[in-house]
Amino acid sequence: MSGIRVILWKEMVDYFGSKRFLILFIIICLTGISVAYLASQNLGSFAHIPGEFLLLGFFISSAGSLPSFTFFVSFFGPLIGLILGFDAISGERSRGTISMVLSQPVFRDSLINGKFLAGLATIAVMFVSIFLIILGLGIWTLGFSPNLEEISRIGVYYLASVVYVGFWLSLGILFSILFRRTSSSALTSIMMWIFFTFFIYMIANVVADQIAPVAAVTTPEVVAKNEAIRRMILRISPAALFDQIATAVLNPSVRAFGFINPAQISGLLPTPLSLGQSLMIVWPEFVGLVALMLICFAVSYVVFMRQEIRSL
Amino acid sequence: MEWVVEANQLKKVYNGVKAVDGMDLRIKEGEIFGFLGPNGAGKTTTILMLLGLTEPTSGEVKVFGYNSTKNPLEVKRITGYLPENIGFYEDLTARENLIYITKLNGIPPSESAARVEEVLSVVGLSEVADKEAGKFSRGMLQRLGMAATLVKQPKLVILDEPTLGIDPEGVEQILNLIRKMKEEKNITILLSSHFLHQVQRICDRIGIVSQGKIVIEGSVDEVGEKIMGEGGTQIQVQVSQLTPGLLDSIKEIEGVRDIDVSGNFLNIRCDRDLRLEVSRAIVEKGCFPLLFKTQDYTLEEIYVRYFRER
Repeated sequence: MSGIRVILWKEMVDYFGSKRFLILFIIICLTGISVAYLASQNLGSFAHIPGEFLLLGFFISSAGSLPSFTFFVSFFGPLIGLILGFDAISGERSRGTISMVLSQPVFRDSLINGKFLAGLATIAVMFVSIFLIILGLGIWTLGFSPNLEEISRIGVYYLASVVYVGFWLSLGILFSILFRRTSSSALTSIMMWIFFTFFIYMIANVVADQIAPVAAVTTPEVVAKNEAIRRMILRISPAALFDQIATAVLNPSVRAFGFINPAQISGLLPTPLSLGQSLMIVWPEFVGLVALMLICFAVSYVVFMRQEIRSL
Repeated sequence: MEWVVEANQLKKVYNGVKAVDGMDLRIKEGEIFGFLGPNGAGKTTTILMLLGLTEPTSGEVKVFGYNSTKNPLEVKRITGYLPENIGFYEDLTARENLIYITKLNGIPPSESAARVEEVLSVVGLSEVADKEAGKFSRGMLQRLGMAATLVKQPKLVILDEPTLGIDPEGVEQILNLIRKMKEEKNITILLSSHFLHQVQRICDRIGIVSQGKIVIEGSVDEVGEKIMGEGGTQIQVQVSQLTPGLLDSIKEIEGVRDIDVSGNFLNIRCDRDLRLEVSRAIVEKGCFPLLFKTQDYTLEEIYVRYFRER
């Protein structure tokens, strides 16, 4: 792993010193503060949240016209990852620094590993600060300290957020390897973002309705099938996976997703689930999200290692 | 004899195109070897294989005894490489860029500051060391690139087209630097270029590359003789005017091979020094020579001649 630490460190210094990071950071902090502040002004919207989890309300309640914090993360988080990743390699190429770095005694993968880890670390730090801002404001408004269950739920959600944005980071890096030009890489990244956050929902609906059309009079089986197909298609979208994780982890009263037969829940006590139980609901989604990030990075890694240096 | 660089039957095929095709390259310790050839002859590809940055399709290459393909890290530790389009991190200063390189080379921080100062003064950039590299001119970047190769205290330096796109003064500085590297630090240098007149002045040996292999190798004089044939001389004459029959009467002189005419300049290639006979012929035809000189072949002519004959 020769040189990886040097590259990692330099990339992190670069990220934290760059203007785009500063702008992103300011936007994110403002978002966090305003979301938390509006939530605190609108504590009535916390009514559906079990009493011992009030703090989680700051992450999921949408106050007035402003959407919730989880929505912000799932919607704009990808942009953070893509902005950090889209010129990782193509930028080095166009500046001519890649041959300078690779002619030093470092392994070729140190460069891509260093860049990915530096990006991930940047994301992690960014999210720590915004989570702390919201938590701080939340504790200050509510006036009591968080309990362990709340903290661990927020911790899991934090982890999922970093992985989610990490997926987009590695997607950005992949495009920066595939395309020679930074602008093509940026445009393709944005296209993927639009596809996975908007179009995938429409496609899922259309396909599900084609295969199992739900009419005015249909059997529950058809409705269940329709829902199952829709959810199946949505599983390839990291945004959909992340949304489900966020919902289950931050809302302890969520017990299941998709089609539920009334018979299944009759006689159920509406008590909140423990974190372990909540995690069990979204375990496949969680694993899927981590896998998406790792697969995407692995593809970038292989492509980068196999690329001829002349075409770099 | 121990070779610094030793390549045997190196081959590289890119997408079915033979970029390097049976390259044999040997470089002695402490010499400046000129690697000459037109664009696309396979010079850069060979260099990349020397550094282990790309894998040869077949054949092997050793640098100071290390196999470049199997042990690229060792090769890169002792080899400084100045790529054709060198770039530096634009928002870092010249000094910071060099410090980064020392870190990548694992040079301890206690030592790196002094080394960086030294190479900056060698290349004459001490005064702009704290300027951002993004504000450097092409010539300054190239000198910073030379500093980057020197900072790791290499035994071999590979320079790929180091004078490309640089003004004449900058070229002069770079050529002097290359000579200084060889003379003061005894660094072996592989210099790839297609600017022959520049290379001619500083190279100990040259190799002409064509279609992926070295076709002729040796000192500039040796290569000249091999291509131009032995004993050839060239006479350049400027005549007052071109009178009819002048060219014919010169051609009739025994030993004249051929004549090129441009304006009132005559380039006469002949077996030996025929200045006396030529001037007699000129005077007999009613004009007089304004300028008269014999020329040794320049590398440029050797080169042009070689590729014209292909």
